[in-house]
Amino acid sequence: MLYYTLKRLALAALVALTVSFISFGLLYLSSDPAIAMAGETASDADIEAIRQLYGFDRPILVQYFDWLQRAAAGDLGKSYYFRTDVSALIGERLPTTMTLGVCAITFAILLSVPLGVAAAIRPNSFIDRIALFLSVMGQALPSFWFALMLIIFLSVSLRLLPTSGSDTWLHFVMPTVVLGYYAAPAIMRLTRTGMLEVLSTDYIRTARAKGLRPWVVLFKHALRNAVIPVVSLAAVQFGFMLGGSIVVETIFALHGAGFLAWESITRNDLPTVQGLILVFSLFYIVLTFFADLLNAWLDPRIRIN
Amino acid sequence: MAEVLSKTQEIQSGGSVFWSRILGHQGVLIGVTIVAAVILIALSAPLIAPHDPYHQDLMNRLVPPVWDARGSWEHIFGTDHLGRDYLSRLIYGARISLLIGIGAALISGLIGTFLGVAAGYFGGRVDMVVTFLITVRLSMPVVLVALAVVAIVGGSLQVVITVLGLLLWDRFAVVMRSSTLQIRSMDYVAAAEAVGCSTTRVLMTEIMPNVVNNLIVIATLEIAHAIILEAALSFLGLGVQPPLPSWGLMVSEGKDMMLFEPWLITIPGVALFLLVLAINLLGDGARDITAPENRN
Amino acid sequence: MSNRVLNVENLTVDIPLATGVLHAVDDVSLHVDRGETLCIVGESGCGKSLTSLAIMDLLPKKAIRRLSALDLGGESILEYSEREMSDVRGNKMGMIFQEPMTSLNPSFTIGNQMIETLHRHKNMSGVAARDLAKKMLEKVGITAAEQRLGQYPHQLSGGLRQRVMIAMTLLCEPELIIADEPTTALDVTIQAQILLLLKELQTEFDMGLVLITHDLGVVARIATRVAVMYAGQIVEEGTAQQIFENPLHPYTRGLMGCIPVPGKTKRGEPLGSIPGMVPSLIGEFTGCRFADRCDLAKTVCRQSDIRLRDPKTKIQGYRCVHEVKDLANNGVA
Repeated sequence: MLYYTLKRLALAALVALTVSFISFGLLYLSSDPAIAMAGETASDADIEAIRQLYGFDRPILVQYFDWLQRAAAGDLGKSYYFRTDVSALIGERLPTTMTLGVCAITFAILLSVPLGVAAAIRPNSFIDRIALFLSVMGQALPSFWFALMLIIFLSVSLRLLPTSGSDTWLHFVMPTVVLGYYAAPAIMRLTRTGMLEVLSTDYIRTARAKGLRPWVVLFKHALRNAVIPVVSLAAVQFGFMLGGSIVVETIFALHGAGFLAWESITRNDLPTVQGLILVFSLFYIVLTFFADLLNAWLDPRIRIN
Repeated sequence: MAEVLSKTQEIQSGGSVFWSRILGHQGVLIGVTIVAAVILIALSAPLIAPHDPYHQDLMNRLVPPVWDARGSWEHIFGTDHLGRDYLSRLIYGARISLLIGIGAALISGLIGTFLGVAAGYFGGRVDMVVTFLITVRLSMPVVLVALAVVAIVGGSLQVVITVLGLLLWDRFAVVMRSSTLQIRSMDYVAAAEAVGCSTTRVLMTEIMPNVVNNLIVIATLEIAHAIILEAALSFLGLGVQPPLPSWGLMVSEGKDMMLFEPWLITIPGVALFLLVLAINLLGDGARDITAPENRN
Repeated sequence: MSNRVLNVENLTVDIPLATGVLHAVDDVSLHVDRGETLCIVGESGCGKSLTSLAIMDLLPKKAIRRLSALDLGGESILEYSEREMSDVRGNKMGMIFQEPMTSLNPSFTIGNQMIETLHRHKNMSGVAARDLAKKMLEKVGITAAEQRLGQYPHQLSGGLRQRVMIAMTLLCEPELIIADEPTTALDVTIQAQILLLLKELQTEFDMGLVLITHDLGVVARIATRVAVMYAGQIVEEGTAQQIFENPLHPYTRGLMGCIPVPGKTKRGEPLGSIPGMVPSLIGEFTGCRFADRCDLAKTVCRQSDIRLRDPKTKIQGYRCVHEVKDLANNGVA
């Protein structure tokens, strides 16, 4: 287990490093950041001044290592637009996004795992059809459009929920549903197939031959094994969700990191965008790292080797 | 008896294909019909569109669709905030969706297939590098990176296609890698190598024909993925730029008036939903038909 | 208390398929007494595994089971509900499966999986259950039993896992054990050990044992009685001695011709084989199922279903239209 952890950690570090390089290079290679910063009306002299001030005239690798060094110390530079530390800015917005993400993945899991299990227990039954129908719909429903439809029905027509802001838990209901619904089909389908597969294994037959109660067979013997791949997928989906939060937060005006991303992108605020890409990627990397560990821990065949 | 049982299961799973369980055997049929219709509409847009999709008519702004009491047959789906005919914009919008979906899937399919087949065929270091690249790619938030790049480079059709193409190759690579690995271990590949076929020849005549089914399935699903992403980007104002009639952009433009004129967002939204649904049905149907055991 | 542990009468298993109904098991009757080993032999696909699953009421959901009697320990369990059946399974009758590598849950320790059986049927838990589990592991010849209890299935070899399966089945001291090809997946040397162990334990616990196998060598060593299955039916049944020394049904005779017997089979002489293929069991079938492969087949063989009949001995039954003397005179092998 220790060897596995170390190996996995090394991989995560390497991925993080590569991602940091890409997220740095992406924005620098595509245009001249000095021009972007100075704005369209700036004179050549202004641009040159900015270029020197921020060190854009140095070789890209030098700039990268400089940036990486400071990033490692938690300094992601200053936001062009907000004029504050990017780290502080992100740190301030992240809790909202995290709350949203946790709510959404919880909602997705609570919706899709029981549905997937129920569908697998009785393939072709009514509940199986419902589950499949929801997953087909869910995959084709554009989240921004779904969000707008929810606003029209739940907020405007029925006046049940507030449309925008992040003041109370009620403000999180619709964003949670939209974001969670996006992740649910994949989790549902994996739970269903995983469960179907496990239910046809020899050890489930053994468990039944031992005379165990059906719910023990189902929830102890079957679900425990079916859930292992679902854990990885849920982690991956959680990571994707944070990336997807940009759409949802923009629509519902939730002032989280996703909303910040949209604000800084539309304002050409490069350091903030860079910082956000890095933070989102790092979060995904850390998340999948822990998911893999959890996976290994859940599966004795990996844990004890 | 084990054989008999496994055969039983085979017949069972083969007979009750994934989607067709909901829609009988019509799932694929519905998918094909809608996709074919959209392609036809997109191709013949100049012939069937009743108006010029870019023509503004400020005297006739926000005319409601024909089913509304205030609507008229002149503008079946009404007009938008600039008085442009909504139906014509919807028809031309199909071109954009399909173009972006197919274009992006082509680029990402080329990248992903190249990486995946190389990883699966050569294994070892090549496989390690490709697997690493896939991990790196998955770690980057797609929407955020795409938005940022479009914001910097500018939102033209070509840019959106390229950016999406460069971001969506991961599933191609993953699936192509595992399919190639599977084919790689077959005896006929070993046989081809043993008689001295060149690597290129083995790849082209032994590997590719056998992974092409999976490739088509993934390509279909990725087209749908790209279409939905483009709509999201355009909706956020950082995809295809006005006045192009992208469906995502139409929803975005109608958003401010959606409380009073909800059809402004329902019509393009439903179009988007139907197209993506149809492509997904098609893709999943194709998977069930070609390889019933690979369901999920 | 009756000596008869298991009595099955007229068992039929049908599996509806897209192409028709698969008559997997047809009119199978069998019985096992205390201390007796009944071997069911036959080639793969002949319905022997389904027969055992049908007795346990563990058939796949699609399969349709019909029986006129199912008695365990003198008590009819035919009308038992699923709940009552689960009280019987693992308690009064246990089953050992073919694949020890996959028959244990990979996510739980051996101890966990053994103790849950005791908890379920004997309401035992904690130290008492653990001690009994340990004792059973020792009984099946597992050393360092205490340590094994804390291990996961993947840490054990195939032979060890099958011993664990046996120990687990014995925990509640069942009256009947059904073993479905318990040694097929194991190394040859381990096979013999496991079989001897089963035989020993059967004597010790005075159980009925149903052993399903396609290995006639195994049958010769451990069977009290033998039932030969072909295409879903029992074609011959009798004591081990009768079946081996005086096989009657042409199929049994063909089978016997396939095994080399030291002293009888000459070096270089080809072993027997049965030409042809097992008929498809999908759809309706009339007449002897072996007729297409039988040297003695006549028109009458195909005209109507043939019942299992008793020759003079009254113990050996066979499913064939021919008389004993005709069969004995026509050596197949």
